[in-house]
Amino acid sequence: MGGPSVPEIQGFVTESLGRRGRAPEHLLQHLIGVQHRFGWVPPAAVESLAAQLDVTRTQVRAAIAFYAFLHDRPRGDFDILFSDNITDRMLGNQRLLALLAEQLGMGPDETRADGRVTLGLTSCTGMCDQGPALLINGRAVTALTPQRVDRIADLVGQGVALDHWPGEYFRVEDNLRRRGLLLSNPVTDGAGLRKLVDLGVEPALADLDRSGLRGRGGAGFTTALKWKFCREAPEGDRYVVCNADEGEPGTFKDRVLLTSYADLVLEGMTICAAVVGARRGFIYLRGEYAYLLPHLESVLARRRAEGLLGESILGKAGFDFEVAVHLGAGAYICGEETALIESLEGRRGVTRKRAPYPVIAGYKDRPTVVNNVETFLAAARIVQWGGYWFRGEGTDQSAGSKILSVSGDCARPGIYEYPFGTPVHRVLTDCGAERTQALQISGASGTTLTPADFDRIIAFEDLSTAGSFMIFDQSRDMFDMVQNFAAFFAHESCGFCTPCRVGGSLLHNLVEKVAAGQASEHDLGELRQIGAVMRRATYCGLGSSAPNHILNTLDKFPDIYRRRLRSAEYTPSFDLDGALAQARAIAGRDDARAHIPDTPPQPPEAAV
Amino acid sequence: MSHSFTLDGRELPFVPGQTIMAAAQAAGVYIPHLCHNPDYAPHGSCRVCLVGVGRRQVSACTTPVTEGMEVDNNSEAVQDNRRAVLQMLFAEGNHICPVCERSGNCQLQAVAYYTGMLAPHYPPFFPRRPVDASHPDFIIDFGRCILCELCVRASRDHDGKRVFAISGRGLASHLVIDSESGLLGDSCFAVTDRAAHVCPTGAILPKHKGFERPIGERLYDREPISTVGDLRAHEDEVD
Repeated sequence: MGGPSVPEIQGFVTESLGRRGRAPEHLLQHLIGVQHRFGWVPPAAVESLAAQLDVTRTQVRAAIAFYAFLHDRPRGDFDILFSDNITDRMLGNQRLLALLAEQLGMGPDETRADGRVTLGLTSCTGMCDQGPALLINGRAVTALTPQRVDRIADLVGQGVALDHWPGEYFRVEDNLRRRGLLLSNPVTDGAGLRKLVDLGVEPALADLDRSGLRGRGGAGFTTALKWKFCREAPEGDRYVVCNADEGEPGTFKDRVLLTSYADLVLEGMTICAAVVGARRGFIYLRGEYAYLLPHLESVLARRRAEGLLGESILGKAGFDFEVAVHLGAGAYICGEETALIESLEGRRGVTRKRAPYPVIAGYKDRPTVVNNVETFLAAARIVQWGGYWFRGEGTDQSAGSKILSVSGDCARPGIYEYPFGTPVHRVLTDCGAERTQALQISGASGTTLTPADFDRIIAFEDLSTAGSFMIFDQSRDMFDMVQNFAAFFAHESCGFCTPCRVGGSLLHNLVEKVAAGQASEHDLGELRQIGAVMRRATYCGLGSSAPNHILNTLDKFPDIYRRRLRSAEYTPSFDLDGALAQARAIAGRDDARAHIPDTPPQPPEAAV
Repeated sequence: MSHSFTLDGRELPFVPGQTIMAAAQAAGVYIPHLCHNPDYAPHGSCRVCLVGVGRRQVSACTTPVTEGMEVDNNSEAVQDNRRAVLQMLFAEGNHICPVCERSGNCQLQAVAYYTGMLAPHYPPFFPRRPVDASHPDFIIDFGRCILCELCVRASRDHDGKRVFAISGRGLASHLVIDSESGLLGDSCFAVTDRAAHVCPTGAILPKHKGFERPIGERLYDREPISTVGDLRAHEDEVD
């Protein structure tokens, strides 16, 4: 077979080490490079990396097993992953996957025998407003239709290299539908940074304080306070990290911000660096957005040339700041800031103990500010235009605006920016949502709302959101959402703590039991009990919010469960007939008398 | 100046910086735990040592005590959580106590007894995890691993070897061994390693002996773990 030779692999690793660096924290970036080059991470690359970085081969293997986009066996020349968020499903991704599989003469989750192509599913790729979407060798293809799938089957069949595919397949739209405080003016000439250099750090920090800006990633911690903590930490290195691991299903605003507002985001990071005294920063870019890498690198290069990044920024001696883009590789958990830092250091993205918080001991155990893309963007404008300008919009506890990622059943999905305090129904009207049955706000880990909630407002004090806004009209079965999210959380648990690792899979299995029409009232009680344990007992916030969709829908949409129940009381999880399969195979029998009849248990009255 | 906090209504002293677990242990109060071992940095992964503080539940092994803190280590709500977490651990692995050499000398079993866990409750996953018997002195039964990472930490932080690591994610997380073949026999693991003696369950077992002391007469068969403490204090008897 024509696989890569060992010297070829070793040569690539050596070249990668020379280019990306030889510190253990570069491991993940090397692995992504190897995966991209060879379509998998061959054992020779594992040995070579373990020998030349200060890591064990076990750490290398563990990282490969952890990240969904790294593989320890060959994938097809065309590695195709269909995005499988509920919004993709609502747009028919399953049908298109089946169609493509049929045309390619293979199953929907395998590598074809000739090694040409692999098909599979992946978690939300952040293209919900232009789905169904897929990733092919890491590149996003959007707006799939049966015609486009036909053409893709041909291109794959003919082995046409991706660079020669029609460019429009890879086009990603911004779909900016409503521009508010932050988005109405994309122009930046470094005004905020100049003001900071002219007036000093204190006025900038005062403006940030005055603005009332709170983190846009969901938790809502006061940004000025975070920066102050980091600034006041003991002497030594500190870091600025932009969390662009936008993994929450239904969220895609950061993709748009990094596409069309990258300068402002970087300006916010640079201002933060000046405030806290950092000389190095990272953009942690989710693997699904790897296609943005060349664009971001070019923006970084231009900013260096313009004196807005690098050494002596804007001519100010000692104001040095450099930013590197670090790619993720398919792990939702890395959006959690401590897991993100573990991943930045090249390891599996497993959450860390807090306290100490990253702002005291983050990257390399040094004080680190981790903020969302949108937070840095807002900070840049606040320093430029003042805290009162920002404070002028929003509510008492939620200053400024919120950028929403709107998808699902509506006429105009895309990006909408509103002042905090805007009621939900206003957004639904603007995006052209009709006959809305439910709204999932803040992603799979968020809250399920019914029309009774649509007068509530978007604000930290009412509906706190990281921006995901998925709409379901009355034609939808909300159980499809539950099934999708339950599988998502079981797949994305990092596995560190017991209740999330085991509880997430127990929930997933129970939801599948309901879906199969095998569940009873008892199982619904189990869903609630396990969900409650997870809420209380998990190690990090992702685990504790993982059962939200189940607990919400059990209360608000009980019928989607009830109508699937097999019996009112109790159905054993043990499949007696299934357990006899092996015995039947040994005995060479498959007649009716070798089966236990599948009759539902009689209701208690009838048993008397 | 002396500092104090309250544990189940009892006022106890603490030293600033001490965790709830450490302060309780110093005062002779037992908080059930599995991934915690005072020889290594707190881990906080098993979630068995959850205690109530205010309206939240926190892991005692990682949470520092603060002045006047009121800690609930005994309410039904706290015990319910612990039982559920233990039941999850039993469902996740293959923990068949009657046929396990560690029965009676197993912290997982002992803590389950202590919290009043009477049945595994959740449907078992029955994972297929082959036993590694390649090492001359030890076998590893991965089906009994609860991912507490004590062997990982002991090998790395005490033995300076990094023989073990956790790989994969979610329910597929599993213990792996650092050798080219992935087998323990090809690694530098040795009977003198601390990592050979820290497993709280029957996942890492010495070879060449078995059932020397009958089940029923073993450490936790005689007294509850809340009185005699962890295996750490009884290695002579257990190994």
